[in-house]
Amino acid sequence: MADDAVAEQKRMRTFQAAALPHLDDVYTLARYLMRNTQDAEDAVQECYLRALRHFDSYRGPAMKPWLLAILRNVCNAEFARRSKEELPTDYSQDESLGEEMPMWQEPQASPEKMMVRQQDTATIRRLVAELPEPFREAIVLREMNNLSYQEIAQVAGVPVGTVMSRLARARAMLRAAWNAAETVTTRPGPAVASGTTS
Amino acid sequence: MRCDESEVMLHALIDGELDAGHARDVEAHVAGCAGCAEKFATFRTMHDVMSAAPLKEIAPAHLRSRIEALMAVPEGRIVSMRQFLRPTRRSFFGGLAMGSALSGALAASLVFAVMRGDQEQTIAEEVVSAHIRSLQAGHLMDVETSDRHTVKPWFNGRVDVAPPVIDLTAESFTLLGGRLDYVDGEPVAAIVYQRRKHVINLFVAQHLGPKHPRPNAKSIQGYNCRHWTENGLDLWAVSDIVGDELDEFVQKIAGSLRQTPSTT
Repeated sequence: MADDAVAEQKRMRTFQAAALPHLDDVYTLARYLMRNTQDAEDAVQECYLRALRHFDSYRGPAMKPWLLAILRNVCNAEFARRSKEELPTDYSQDESLGEEMPMWQEPQASPEKMMVRQQDTATIRRLVAELPEPFREAIVLREMNNLSYQEIAQVAGVPVGTVMSRLARARAMLRAAWNAAETVTTRPGPAVASGTTS
Repeated sequence: MRCDESEVMLHALIDGELDAGHARDVEAHVAGCAGCAEKFATFRTMHDVMSAAPLKEIAPAHLRSRIEALMAVPEGRIVSMRQFLRPTRRSFFGGLAMGSALSGALAASLVFAVMRGDQEQTIAEEVVSAHIRSLQAGHLMDVETSDRHTVKPWFNGRVDVAPPVIDLTAESFTLLGGRLDYVDGEPVAAIVYQRRKHVINLFVAQHLGPKHPRPNAKSIQGYNCRHWTENGLDLWAVSDIVGDELDEFVQKIAGSLRQTPSTT
């Protein structure tokens, strides 16, 4: 009995030391997959509960992709449940949506518009959040969770080649949205001009 | 290398995923192709901007404390809090009797107030610990069924009360089952409900803290607690759902208890 308690204590400490440092990463992915804070928090909590439950059988890979894979399953299960129980949401999990899009949009754009310029963090987050799945997931795992292609492949359950093409497409879409956002934000010129003339 | 290959591969080059041989191939193509060179520069800038921006979200403190609580070292399922509560209470009274210059009445009222608050807090903390323990694998339910006619008899002989088991499925609080738990060293009935992904534990016992005819709200470690007394029973509802929803749950339970006075 006492030995059991000691073993359990040891197990909890090991799990805590291994899993807790990745909480921000897990939460970040949850925010982008679930798109609202409350659902994201629920998913994170469920993810850690499941991880704790399966920790005894954990033999690798690295802890971060393992947790993120669990989180992804939690989120997908939630989407599956909702699509059965409730009205279908507009979350597009359909890869064909992206396949139809050209790899490189607006090729006739002027050269100076091709370069990306600085965007503030909030805008970048919004643009990423607006990407369709599975491209959103790929770019978040790469740029925010800082996973390698191999790790992204493990989390998403697809070959590395698919990760590469998803990332290429994700960045092409993001770039188009990025430049479009820029033209909107760089417009308040006239207001400044009218202020100086009065 | 063709442009369509390069369009994919240049990302792997930006991300540092290519071996030396492939990296050379992509670099060679980019050097000789204005279109791909432009894309390479654009995407590398975008990657650099994203890497430099603090894009990773920070988990809110209340979520972190909830996750930490999940990992709290569980006590054995049967813990007698009495063992270490009793001596402290005795020494509290003892100390007061020896050194107090307060009038008897004042001292009594003070003791009452302190004890009352203290006891409520102690039990609330225990109830929350029991709730957290219950969320761990295989601890949630001893009897797992949504049929209240199965849950209720299961408690016979296990606890000294006949706990009300109320079906609130229509109210979208799903009855999951029941469990025998221990709070303040006494066996208590825990009836388990669920709303969406949130588990609600309803602990029921004859005496579980000072009596509260109206629900008393507390929040401990990010969990919401409601304690109230109905039909002579103490009821504690604990969950991570928002306070309003827990209040709704308490109202439904209290409401149906009042419809079926005393034991059911």
